[in-house]
Amino acid sequence: MLTASQILRWIEQYAKLISEQKDYLTQLDADIGDADHGANLDRGFQAVLTKKDELAGKDIGTIFKTVAMTLISKVGGASGPLYGTFFLQASVAAAHKDKLSEADFYEILEKGLAGITSRGKAKVGDKTMVDAFQPAVAAFKRNLDEGADFEKSLSDAIDAAERGMLSTIPLIARKGRASYLGERSAGHQDPGATSSVLLLKAARTAFS
Amino acid sequence: MKKLINSPADLVTESIAGLGAAFSDLIKVHFDPNFIIRADAPVRDKTAIISGGGSGHEPMHGGFVGRGMLDAACPGAVFSSPTPDQMLEATKAVDGGKGVLYIVKNYTGDILNFEMAADLARSEGIEVEAVMIDDDVAVKDSLYTAGRRGVGTTVLAEKICGAATEAGTSLSDVAELCRKVNASGRSMGMALTSCTVPHAGKPTFELPEDEMEIGVGIHGEPGRERTKLKTADEITKILLDPVLEDLPFKSGDQTLLFVNGMGGTPLLELFVVYRKAHRILTEKGIGVARSLVGPYMTSLEMAGTSITVLKLDDQLTRFWDAPVLTPAFRWGI
Repeated sequence: MLTASQILRWIEQYAKLISEQKDYLTQLDADIGDADHGANLDRGFQAVLTKKDELAGKDIGTIFKTVAMTLISKVGGASGPLYGTFFLQASVAAAHKDKLSEADFYEILEKGLAGITSRGKAKVGDKTMVDAFQPAVAAFKRNLDEGADFEKSLSDAIDAAERGMLSTIPLIARKGRASYLGERSAGHQDPGATSSVLLLKAARTAFS
Repeated sequence: MKKLINSPADLVTESIAGLGAAFSDLIKVHFDPNFIIRADAPVRDKTAIISGGGSGHEPMHGGFVGRGMLDAACPGAVFSSPTPDQMLEATKAVDGGKGVLYIVKNYTGDILNFEMAADLARSEGIEVEAVMIDDDVAVKDSLYTAGRRGVGTTVLAEKICGAATEAGTSLSDVAELCRKVNASGRSMGMALTSCTVPHAGKPTFELPEDEMEIGVGIHGEPGRERTKLKTADEITKILLDPVLEDLPFKSGDQTLLFVNGMGGTPLLELFVVYRKAHRILTEKGIGVARSLVGPYMTSLEMAGTSITVLKLDDQLTRFWDAPVLTPAFRWGI
């Protein structure tokens, strides 16, 4: 079972990773986009961190909802609405819950991903965050169905997300600003897929 | 990086504070969330128009707020879409009871954030329509991409639609007019240099002394093709040919010719481009009835230009000529 304080640690850990990796994420974005991915996400998650104290002791749905609304209002770009929608859908799945089972955590990932795909209308192969997210959620589900423990499920999900992230390198972007480059977008790793992997890695650190 | 800034984090806020102070008779600036509204907003019984986008394109959009053009502009961080909370508050501040039109450039971030804002505004009982501008012929239009970018036609649509709302045009009719302007305008741009996003601290791409990028947008993003530098006349033809073929513009058409500066190119050079573009259009029998030359939709300090051609009819010409009083455009008053 995951507790609300572990979920809060997940968010804090993700904020820390984003802050550490923001220059790298921005550089990936400079290659095929507009050089703001790291700076935007960092601005959003630093704003989330200022609400850390008021979130202590709150239920998990409230934590996710606050993260969502903060990202929607602070990030801008495409990543604000997309990550905002992920956490908004997660907040619906976790409404009024103080603890999450493995199945609950899967539901959060699954609902969050559904929110991202419906808002951004991207599919696997479009060179977006969906390329990392979708195989990760599928890998988590496979493990869940086979009765694997949480640690292994999450670990397999991270491996699948990393493979998905690397798979974006040769792809020609079909969504987002990178798609304006046409064939020139090939040969570069997608920054959104990269920050998506960090979200899952932050979970492993926070939950272990 | 050498820039006239105090800190990257304060740049946009300090800049719009300066804009507000310089033009306090025309506009009011609201902070946290950031938006700029015309000084007499809300104008009762007038359809309102809001646009917005990342900062770094000045005078677009804040410089176009005022009588005869935009009711509000929402500036985001440099090259990043503004956020739905800004748009929602701006919508509430300018709604005069006849609804609000959002003019949105086709970039994924702008589209997603304006969509969320429209959902929020409608849930508060304000009628909202959004029209997308996607006039950049450098981008292959395809069902499998994000589609063409919104560039120069945006400025023309904001002027023409703003004039229409002053004349009492309803929300649904001004939305239709905006779609007509978008359907009648085509653009293409190029860059001689990259530009430096303050947060990034170094140029978005490296461009050797003897090369240029053809088909760039307005965010310092690389274009479709990098080639050896050519003369102004050759570059003008490279930009204008695909623009004219795309609509297509035909002999006998009347047009507005807009030669835009990207921020780092002087007017001295822009008029050289204009001269050649005017000559090409005239040779093809296409009339240039109206003109606009200058840095109106910039990309920070990038050197380069974009050319927009808009096919005019009597309605569009009348609304283009109508009075406007904003920081960037002032005529007929």
